[in-house]
Amino acid sequence: MTQLPVSTDDLALWSALRRHTQARIGLGRAGSGLPTRHRLELQSAHAAARDAVHSPFDPDTVAAALTGVPTVRVRSAAPDRLTYLQRPDLGRRLHPTDRAHLPTGEWDVVFVIADGLSSRAVHEHAASMVRATTALLPADWRVAPVVLAEQARVALGDDVAHTMGATAVVLLVGERPGMSAADSLGAYLTYGPKPGVTTDADRNCLSNIRPPLGLPYDTAAAKLVALLRGARELGRSGVSLKDESDALPRHPSD
Amino acid sequence: MSAYTSTVSGERHRFDSLARLLAAASPERSGDRLAGLAASSARERVAARWALAEVPLTAFLTEPVIPYESDDVTRLILDTHDPVAFAPVAGMTVGELREWLLSEAADATALAALAPGLTPEMTAAVSKLMGNADLVAVARKVRVVTAFRSTIGLPGRLATRLQPNHPTDDPAGVAAALLDGLLLGSGDAVIGINPATDSPRAVRDLLELLDGVITRYSIPTQSCVLCHVTTSVDLMERGAPVDLVFQSIAGTQAANASFGVTLDLLGEAHQAAQELNRGTVGRNVMYFETGQGSALSADAHHGVDQQTVEARAYAVARRYDPLLVNTVVGFIGPEYLYDGRQILRAALEDHFCGKLLGLPMGLDICYTNHADADDDDVATMLTMLGVAGASFVICTPGGDDIMLNYQSASYHDALYLREVLGLRPAPEFEAWLGSIGLLDEHGGIREVTAHHPLTAIGKELAA
Repeated sequence: MTQLPVSTDDLALWSALRRHTQARIGLGRAGSGLPTRHRLELQSAHAAARDAVHSPFDPDTVAAALTGVPTVRVRSAAPDRLTYLQRPDLGRRLHPTDRAHLPTGEWDVVFVIADGLSSRAVHEHAASMVRATTALLPADWRVAPVVLAEQARVALGDDVAHTMGATAVVLLVGERPGMSAADSLGAYLTYGPKPGVTTDADRNCLSNIRPPLGLPYDTAAAKLVALLRGARELGRSGVSLKDESDALPRHPSD
Repeated sequence: MSAYTSTVSGERHRFDSLARLLAAASPERSGDRLAGLAASSARERVAARWALAEVPLTAFLTEPVIPYESDDVTRLILDTHDPVAFAPVAGMTVGELREWLLSEAADATALAALAPGLTPEMTAAVSKLMGNADLVAVARKVRVVTAFRSTIGLPGRLATRLQPNHPTDDPAGVAAALLDGLLLGSGDAVIGINPATDSPRAVRDLLELLDGVITRYSIPTQSCVLCHVTTSVDLMERGAPVDLVFQSIAGTQAANASFGVTLDLLGEAHQAAQELNRGTVGRNVMYFETGQGSALSADAHHGVDQQTVEARAYAVARRYDPLLVNTVVGFIGPEYLYDGRQILRAALEDHFCGKLLGLPMGLDICYTNHADADDDDVATMLTMLGVAGASFVICTPGGDDIMLNYQSASYHDALYLREVLGLRPAPEFEAWLGSIGLLDEHGGIREVTAHHPLTAIGKELAA
C-alpha cells in the first residue's frame, strides 16, 4: 500500500517517544482519518480480542494437557455465551445437574479452571499453571480433582469449593481481552468461600499470567503457594493477606 | 403509591408504581433485565408507554421513585425544585411535554428557563417516549455554557478531553501521549488523566506535570487527575495545582456511598476549588463522570431502571455548577448495555437528560471487547452526538486506552466530527492553536513536523 511521505525526523521523534508508552501515538493522518495501516492494526487487535471472548471452551484440550491429574467437568447456570455475557449472576452459579457430579472430600485446596472471558488464555496457560502450582505445594496438602468449568465467572469457584468441601479454592480464569493481549490468565485465591457471602474483597488475585510476555508460570505459582500458606495461617484471604510483592491488582474483577 | 393501567389491542396492563411504569417503558437493555425490571414483552413495553404518556408531570413531585426519607438524592431533587420555572409545563402530561419540547415554542431561552423546574425523573420519563431523532432534535436546541480557562458549550463549538493515560503513570509516557493529543488539536475541555493509583504523591506528580506544560505554553485549558474527591481536597490543602475537582457520582445515596461520596463532601470540595481562584474566564471547577448501570452494579438501584437512576445523578451534578459532566456510556460492559444499539440509545438519552437539566454534557463514547460493538459504532454515536450538540467528547490515542483497557473516540475522530459538522474548538483554545501555528487557512488542524516547538514537551521528558 502507498505511504504518505514522512520525514526521518518525525519517525525518529515518535520512535523515541514510543519507548515510553504503548499508546498509539504519532499515527499520522489521512485527511482527518487514520492512515490505512493503523486502522487495520486496530482492527487486528480488536478481532483477536473478540475471537478470544467468543471461541468456545474446549475442556478436552485442558484435560489432555493434565493427563495423570483427575479432572471433573461442570457448567455454570448460563446456558450459552450470549446469556453468559448478559447475566453475570448465572455465570456465578453451578448448573443444578452438574452440582451432583462433584465429588466431596476433606480437601485443602481445589483448582478450578474457568473459561471466563478468554477461553484462549485458559487453553494456553491453565494446565501449566496447575502443574507449576501443585509441584510447589507441601506434600501433605490434599488436592481435590481439578474442576473444568464452562461459562464460568470467578465466584463460581465459591460454589464449587463449598459443594466439594474444599477449604480453599484457586480459580484460574481467562481475563477480559484487551487490545494488546487476548490470552491473559488470572488467578484468584479464596479461603473458606461461602457462596453469596464472599465478595471480591475476600480474594487475592494475580493478573496477566501469559508467558513469555506476561507473568511466567513459576513466578505466579510461587506467589500463589505463598498466598495459600499465608491464608491457611491467617484463616482468611483477601485484603488482610499481603503477598510480599506489591504487584497485586487492587480491584479484582470478574 | 398509585397504580397505572393501559389497554392495548384489547389487552389490559397494570403497573403498580411510577418506578415500575418507568422501568417497563424503558427501551430494551440488558441491565434492566439483569435487575429483573425490564418489560416482560414488547407489548408490555409499549403499553407502559401509553400509560406513561398520560401521567401528569406533577405526579413526579408527589410520588418519588425512591422515598424522600431514605435517600438524600431524592431530598435534593424535591427540595431544590423550582415551581416558578416549572409553571409553563405544570399542567402537562409526559406525552404533552414531549410534543412541547419538539415544538418551536421550546427554543434555547425557554429550555434554559425550564431547567430548574424539571426533575430528573421527568426528563427520564419523556425520553422513554422519544425516538433517537427526537432526542437529538431537542438536545441540540439547549445551550449550556460553562468556563474556567476555556469556554465550553458555545454554539458551533465542540471541545475535547485529551486523555494521555499510562498504565504506570510514567511521566515520559504521559508527556508523549499529551504531545500527540495537542498536535492533533485536542484538550480544550480538559487534559484529564485517569491515574493508575490514587496515592496523593502520584496524583500530585501528574498534576505538577500537567500544570507545568499548561503554564509554560500558556495553553488556555484546565488539567484534572481523576482521583477520589477526598484526595483532591487533601492535595488542595497542601497547595497542589488543582484546577478541577473530579468525582464519579450516581443517582442514589447508597450508590454514592459505595463511591465513598456524600453531598456534603462534594460541597466542601467545590468550595475549596473555587477559593483557589485558578480560572481565568470562569469559575466552574467541578468535573463529574456518570454512567448507566453504576447503581445496579453497587446493588443500590432501589428497583429503579438504570436510565432513570442515571438521570438522578445529574441532579447531584447540577448542584455544584460543574465545568464538565460526561457519561461513560459503554465502559461498564454488556451485562448493562449489550451492543452498539443499546450503547447508542443510552448515549442519546444521557445527553438529552443532562442538557435538559442544565448540565454541560459531554460523552465518553466507548466500548469494551466483550460488548458487541466496534469502531463503526463509535463513528455512528459520535456523529449523532455531534449533531445533538454535545459539549465535548473524550479522545484517546488511536481510540485505544492502554490504562483503562477499553476503546473510546480518537483524536482523529474529533477532527472528523469538526470537519463534517463545521464545529470549532473552544474560542480561547482555538486562538492559542492559531498562535502556535497549528491552524490551517480553513481553521482545521495543520499537520506539523518534529521541528514544531511543542515537540519539546516530549523530547525533554523522554530524553
